[in-house]
Amino acid sequence: MTDASVPQNVAPPPAEVPDVDLYHAHSWITKYVFSQDAKVIAIQYAGTAITVGILALVLSWVIRLQLAFPGAIPFIDANVYYQSVTMHGMIMVVYMLTAIFLGGFGNYLIPLMVGARDMVFPYVNMLSYWVYLIATLVLVSSYFFPGGPTGAGWTLYPPQSILTGTPGHEYGIILMLVSLILFIVGFTMGGLNYVVTVLQARTRGMTLMRMPLTVWGIFAAAVMALLAFPGLFVACLMLLLDRTLGTSFFMPSLVELGERKDYVGGSPILFQHLFWFFGHPEVYIVALPAFGIVSDLISVHARKNIFGYKMMVWAIIAIGVLSMVVWGHHMYISGMDPWFGFFFAVTTLAIAVPTALKVYNWVLTLWHADIHFTTPMLFALGFLVTFVNGGITGLYLGNVIVDVPLSATLFVVAHFHMVMGIAPVLVIFGAIYHWYPKITGRMMDERLGKIHFWITFLGAYAIFFPMHYLGVLGMPRRFYEMGETAFVPASAATLNIVITVIALAVGFAQSIFFYNLFKSLKYGAPAGGNPWRAASLEWQTPETPPGHGNWGQQLPVVYRWPYAYSVPGAPEDYLPQNAPPMRGEHSP
Amino acid sequence: MSIAIAMVLVVVGSILFHVLSPWRATPIASNWGFIDDTMGLTFLVTGAGFVAVILFMAYCLYRFRHVPGRRAAYEPENQKLEAWLGIVTTIAVIILLAPGLLVWGQFITVPKDAMVIEAVGVQWSWSFRLPGADNQLGSSDVRYIDTTNSMGLSPADPKGQDDLLIASSELHLPIGKPVKVLLRSIDVLHDFYVPEIRAKMDLVPGVVTYFWFTPTKIGEYEILCAAYCGTGHPQMRGKMVIESEADFETWRTAQQTFEQSRKSDASRDKRASAQ
Repeated sequence: MTDASVPQNVAPPPAEVPDVDLYHAHSWITKYVFSQDAKVIAIQYAGTAITVGILALVLSWVIRLQLAFPGAIPFIDANVYYQSVTMHGMIMVVYMLTAIFLGGFGNYLIPLMVGARDMVFPYVNMLSYWVYLIATLVLVSSYFFPGGPTGAGWTLYPPQSILTGTPGHEYGIILMLVSLILFIVGFTMGGLNYVVTVLQARTRGMTLMRMPLTVWGIFAAAVMALLAFPGLFVACLMLLLDRTLGTSFFMPSLVELGERKDYVGGSPILFQHLFWFFGHPEVYIVALPAFGIVSDLISVHARKNIFGYKMMVWAIIAIGVLSMVVWGHHMYISGMDPWFGFFFAVTTLAIAVPTALKVYNWVLTLWHADIHFTTPMLFALGFLVTFVNGGITGLYLGNVIVDVPLSATLFVVAHFHMVMGIAPVLVIFGAIYHWYPKITGRMMDERLGKIHFWITFLGAYAIFFPMHYLGVLGMPRRFYEMGETAFVPASAATLNIVITVIALAVGFAQSIFFYNLFKSLKYGAPAGGNPWRAASLEWQTPETPPGHGNWGQQLPVVYRWPYAYSVPGAPEDYLPQNAPPMRGEHSP
Repeated sequence: MSIAIAMVLVVVGSILFHVLSPWRATPIASNWGFIDDTMGLTFLVTGAGFVAVILFMAYCLYRFRHVPGRRAAYEPENQKLEAWLGIVTTIAVIILLAPGLLVWGQFITVPKDAMVIEAVGVQWSWSFRLPGADNQLGSSDVRYIDTTNSMGLSPADPKGQDDLLIASSELHLPIGKPVKVLLRSIDVLHDFYVPEIRAKMDLVPGVVTYFWFTPTKIGEYEILCAAYCGTGHPQMRGKMVIESEADFETWRTAQQTFEQSRKSDASRDKRASAQ
């Protein structure tokens, strides 16, 4: 078959889909509100996620103000502090990061990148967004109920989460659990769409091994999420029954502030297993799309193919599989059978190998490249620094015995913020700067983008790098005030003030981004169809922004992988995926 | 270009911070020096990896920045290089994991001669129980808890009658003797946490968990709760006093047994009703 004289990529005829099959929207409402166009749904998802993310950002200021100036801020007491910690964590992990990567970037990019007209189930896709919106509103509504939102910590560990010693035990916890259940229902509708679209709706020539890594990352994350979220679903349902009907799934017989309760025989550790069976894959549900996106940003802006594409794909799959069997590393000191420690330490550190290979390949992509320091590229590089830093501290916490002194300290807080807070958020910013021209037809302001990058990257590093050392010192997390503690020197309080000042500054600096985002809608330079001269399919649409159906009359036909940059003999330094093959070309 | 400089500065700044930071682990007061050693090894291996990757990247950014006329090389993969990097990383991971698992093996193997004590957590205070003359702790259950029996000891269990109850949140232990700490919660999750001994473990209502250590340094140490347990979580404190065998014996003999505490409670109740 592989005779060099015969071109391997014989052009098949383009597929035609009659326009009548596309169900174009006919009214403003069906076009922009109850829209079935994945691109509109993507913007709805991302807009909601960013809005609720701003709430989470403000809550982080409450947390930081209390830690720096304990007792000095009149409206912050223990209840408000714990409610802020809980809502900040849950919003950022689930309602912001998961929603924006899968619902936002997944919806926008999957159909365009694989050459589909839309998601395969547009109506279900629309429902997915509206259920997600309701879930978000239910969560936020808990601020308006007596007792306020739950302050159980984002892990919601029973028995504490449903007992009176915790703020929001009246309504807040119920609304949180109902909201999560709704979120999972909504996500499942979207997730099935992403998986089936990738498997079934790729255009001609778009083999799995020709998909951009962005699609691979989102695809793998969606599969994992479909497997992992049911763990959270049942945990929430059972905890809701324990709270409302008095069942005892997670509740042993216990005494609540002097009064004996009727619960009997339940297991609090079972909840932790279910929670982390979701919770750990969740880290990679956020990370894998970020991995994919960052691969594409680096490749485009370094004008070079991603190094070791096949390895990158297999690493994504290996990480996805391994991440389903590492959840116990969150429970080394939970009182579960200590023999599990051996198993989970081995699986957890094993996951470092494919992850490290991905890092090497990103860096090696820069070798002999032609690097353009655009704003998206800067954010991708910032991701590499924070991700490598946050990744290696995972080797401390994964190695069971090293975790023992560090667990439940600020080291953990610093680690997960660096690796799954800052790193993915930098990717989100980079991705918005990168794809904004396709979405709106206009460029964002590069100068403002770079100012935004420098403040965010250096500021975030300065917030979380020193925090590790407070954890090494032994300062516990989830303390709304340290009080008089013999082993904590006064300098720790000073460092907390410094961190808070930087955090406030970085937080306010995000207004530069939002100003740029809205200003460029109207005043941004016209982008044209492919301003970054990128090879992947989403930049080859006949219209920018792409219309409903994405491709006009004819679907594109794909002849090569999406990383044909600086190919020897090519007239330009990139070859679009759908450009007819060159004579004698041997692209993957 | 400035990003290459920034990365070098991040690496240099991080190393300087690590060396100069006044925030370090507390002086260790237990036998778990191996934990500190494993962490030190992890610092070295991961630190070297961090520095190598970021500096190499900074070099690439400087060396291969866009200048007019530059065109990138085209190299889809290099399986030999990737295999080598995979092998080196695997070896580094094994170097971290192997000693870690050996120490974990010690951590979960309680010495046979360990003194058994019990720590009880309740929102938001600590109390303790030591075995009496029979050297055994009596059984307990949440359903026995009442105003005269706050720890829920079984009134019928003869082994429990001589148990020493310490309600003052202050635990004394003799230096140099391994201690197995049984952990019991009567309401929510707690975690027995003394930074200086490195080891910690959750208290889980419904089950009895444990960990062990050997105190190696005389002194007073603060006991904290390291599992979020409600609004009073930061105030849940206790004190652990490590002292000589003789001082410990003096302290122990001054403690009340379960039997005595029931009697004194009963007589107090009688006095109260007589008044």
